[in-house]
Amino acid sequence: MADQRFAIAMSVMTLFWGIVGGVVPWFIPKGPNRGVIVTMLVLTAVCCYLFWLIAILAQLNPLFGPSLSTDIIWYLNLAWD
Amino acid sequence: MSSLLRGEEMCLAQLFLQSGSAYDCISELGELGLVEFRDLNPNVNSFQRKHVNEIKKCEEMERILGYLLREIKKADISLPESDMNPVSPSPKHIMTIMEQLQRLEVELGEVTRNKEKLQKNLLELTEYTHMLRITRNFVQRSAEREPLQVQYEEFPFLEKDTRMDYSSMQRLGAKLGFISGLIQRAKIEAFERMLWRVCKGYTILSYAEVEEYLEDPDTGEPTKSVVFLISYWGDQIGQKVKKICDCYHCHLYPYPSNNDERNDVVEGLRTRIQDLHTVLHRTEDYLRQVLIKASESVYTWVVQVKKMKAIYYILNLCSFDVTNKCLIAEVWCPVNDIPKLRRALEDGSRKSGATVPSFVNRIPTTDTPPTLIRTNKFTSGFQNIVDAYGVGSYREVNPAPFTIITFPFLFAVMFGDLGHGIIMSLFALWMVRYENNRKLKNTRNEIWNTFFEGRYIILMMGLFSIYTGLIYNDCFSKSLNIFGSGWNVTAMFTAKVWTTEVLKGNNFLTLDPDVTGVFKGPYPFGIDPIWNLASNRLTFLNSYKMKMSVILGIIHMSFGVILSTYNHRYFRKRYNLYLVFLPELLFLLCLFGYLVFMIFYKWLAFTAKDSKLAPSILIHFINMFLMQGDAKQPPEQGKAMEPLYPGQTGLQIFLVVIAVLSVPVLLLGKPVYLRWLQNGGQNRLGMYRGYERVRRNSDEELCLLRSEDMEEGNSHSDPSSSGEHLSKEFNFADEFLHQAIHTIEYCLGCVSNTASYLRLWALSLAHAQLSEVLWAMVMRVGLRMDTALGVVFLVPVFGLFAVLTVSILLVMEGLSAFLHALRLHWVEFQNKFYSGTGVKFCPFSFSLLPSSFEHDGLL
Repeated sequence: MADQRFAIAMSVMTLFWGIVGGVVPWFIPKGPNRGVIVTMLVLTAVCCYLFWLIAILAQLNPLFGPSLSTDIIWYLNLAWD
Repeated sequence: MSSLLRGEEMCLAQLFLQSGSAYDCISELGELGLVEFRDLNPNVNSFQRKHVNEIKKCEEMERILGYLLREIKKADISLPESDMNPVSPSPKHIMTIMEQLQRLEVELGEVTRNKEKLQKNLLELTEYTHMLRITRNFVQRSAEREPLQVQYEEFPFLEKDTRMDYSSMQRLGAKLGFISGLIQRAKIEAFERMLWRVCKGYTILSYAEVEEYLEDPDTGEPTKSVVFLISYWGDQIGQKVKKICDCYHCHLYPYPSNNDERNDVVEGLRTRIQDLHTVLHRTEDYLRQVLIKASESVYTWVVQVKKMKAIYYILNLCSFDVTNKCLIAEVWCPVNDIPKLRRALEDGSRKSGATVPSFVNRIPTTDTPPTLIRTNKFTSGFQNIVDAYGVGSYREVNPAPFTIITFPFLFAVMFGDLGHGIIMSLFALWMVRYENNRKLKNTRNEIWNTFFEGRYIILMMGLFSIYTGLIYNDCFSKSLNIFGSGWNVTAMFTAKVWTTEVLKGNNFLTLDPDVTGVFKGPYPFGIDPIWNLASNRLTFLNSYKMKMSVILGIIHMSFGVILSTYNHRYFRKRYNLYLVFLPELLFLLCLFGYLVFMIFYKWLAFTAKDSKLAPSILIHFINMFLMQGDAKQPPEQGKAMEPLYPGQTGLQIFLVVIAVLSVPVLLLGKPVYLRWLQNGGQNRLGMYRGYERVRRNSDEELCLLRSEDMEEGNSHSDPSSSGEHLSKEFNFADEFLHQAIHTIEYCLGCVSNTASYLRLWALSLAHAQLSEVLWAMVMRVGLRMDTALGVVFLVPVFGLFAVLTVSILLVMEGLSAFLHALRLHWVEFQNKFYSGTGVKFCPFSFSLLPSSFEHDGLL
């Protein structure tokens, strides 16, 4: 279940930024600005994907958990399940 | 795109202009803004240049125009807004314009002087009227008191003639004199005291204030005046009084001797004042009409004079050829624009009706051309911030197209907050939407102009901040729980690790990811929202953000090193690829790329079960340099020394050896190779040696050869590549020193620059903390009150929260993050490949010329 969520997230994001960075540049019409737009798309895809990837990989195997106050623990026990 | 990536190819060209059509040709070039003129007479003083008289005439016309504009502004006449662009006048029209301007100046001067004289007259008459009116009151008052006085037998006539006037006093036998006039209110007390001290009782002063404000003729400001009446006995006293009045700048007017005279004077004055008013109105109307008529054409004249002056200035830069019939101008021109340049010269020749057309001729040069990078309204902002560090050298790689994305991205990493990002984007969108609004474009507020010029930068920064805000899960310091947290508290209860007693006995409890069911998986998009509720939030976030900063930094720097290959390949220095680029890249990746690998490996390989054994990456990294590790450490030293993966020691030694070996290659490779090229490579250098001998005989032949090459499009106009093969003096010591400095800078820079990227962590931490403090100290105070009063109280609390958010978090933090992102680009990224020692191409264009009138706010 948890793995499934991770797998879905990973594939969706990879696919999305892969399309933005790899597929959309082929459809930009020829013009004076084509080079700039393609550069922008590729760089955006790389930067945003990398940033998301770092965030999810850092949380993949946590070595310690959050330290919560007892009030919050009471509330979460009842509200989140 | 090639223009934005690298800059345009430029060439030096000679323009041969016929004397008759030179003016028109240059006018055409100014309209198009294609070329940059070079000064062919650098040793000539500006007073000795050929067209200095014409320039003086232009400046005289500008002086008159400035006077006109000031008068128009004073009269509050608005200039017609027009976007028309009048062309520069031909020399014939110049005289007409000059005459018109001079005539206008004379007329305006006369009318203004007349008006001032009339106004002065009016003021005097008005003062006189006031004085007469008020002194009548003095006399009337004493007249009203008369019936109460005791009547003396000796002076029976006082009953009938109860006013003080000359006749009654003369009968008394005293020489009574009157002086009346006006004085400024500020001076009246001093005046009175002075009078008393000097004349001591031989004068009587009565005064009253004038109700309305009168205009002071000297300063033009409304001032209050006081009417006074002095009556004195004796001539000498009179002299003294007159002197004192002079001293205090009083306006004196003759005092009427009796009532009838007074009435006559008042009537006369009234008529005169009315006449004067009419004349003054007519004069003002006439002045206004003159100014309105001038204002219709003054804008055209300003533009025409400006263009004329610019053309003569350019003509001064040209020189005559040997036959003295043709003007020669040297210009820098983009190669792609040469056809346009030819057409412009033809147009100019045609307009001036010359029989022989002017033409253009490319000439070879060893000077470095200026750099031209064509931008549009979107890319110009980013190009400006790159140019602020240094304009690119001719035809080297331009970092701007990459900066368009990486700069806002690094800004957003430091600024990441969803709410603030939305506000910033909306502000930028508003500026972009109304960018054609004249008022926004043409204000003279420097700070606003800076923001407006950077509107696209701010828009990109805002959009990326929204993305990073979503990943950091930070919106005005609160987290969003969109997908459901990955941490489950109930599992701790189910596993009997926590019970109600445990809860009662502790204030804070930590979830243990090792217990089944507590950690269900990473949050799919960003940081898990539970961390916002945790007290050890910063422990987790700091580790995450520091590693993120290092990873982003090393990737950014590697990208910079890879960009240098573009330069090496373009300038045909392939040896640079093997002797400079390869060692640099190996050094960076073997050491710091391996660090990035270790970070990712630790994230992927170590779970909560091994949390006690999880190694510290930093310690492993340091040990890598010290070549330690793999020795069997006693267990109490424990986790830090266990290898991350089998074979780690061997791999690390291998990487360190490669990195260390690449340093001497970087240091010595290029100088030694170049020296070998110069001395050793006989077969290669042989034919160039022969070439050199030929060259010494005929320079022109070589120039022709080179220009032929250029016309065939063979060689690039880069001096260093050809010069390097032919150079006789290759200075080994110079080159070695240069390379040594580069090596030291690069290697030490790798370490320090990697650490420098930690500012990404530092600023994002500061922003998050500020945001949290603002919420906790301001907004939560308002939200805590749960009475009805709380609703009312919340309004000013929210206002304070909004003001502080905008001023501290958006403006101050925004500027701070902007500055640090800029520094990261300028220093850490660009010193890997960019030299930035070029000169910017400044074309001669009328639209780029500054106007001093606009600067003074007159236009």
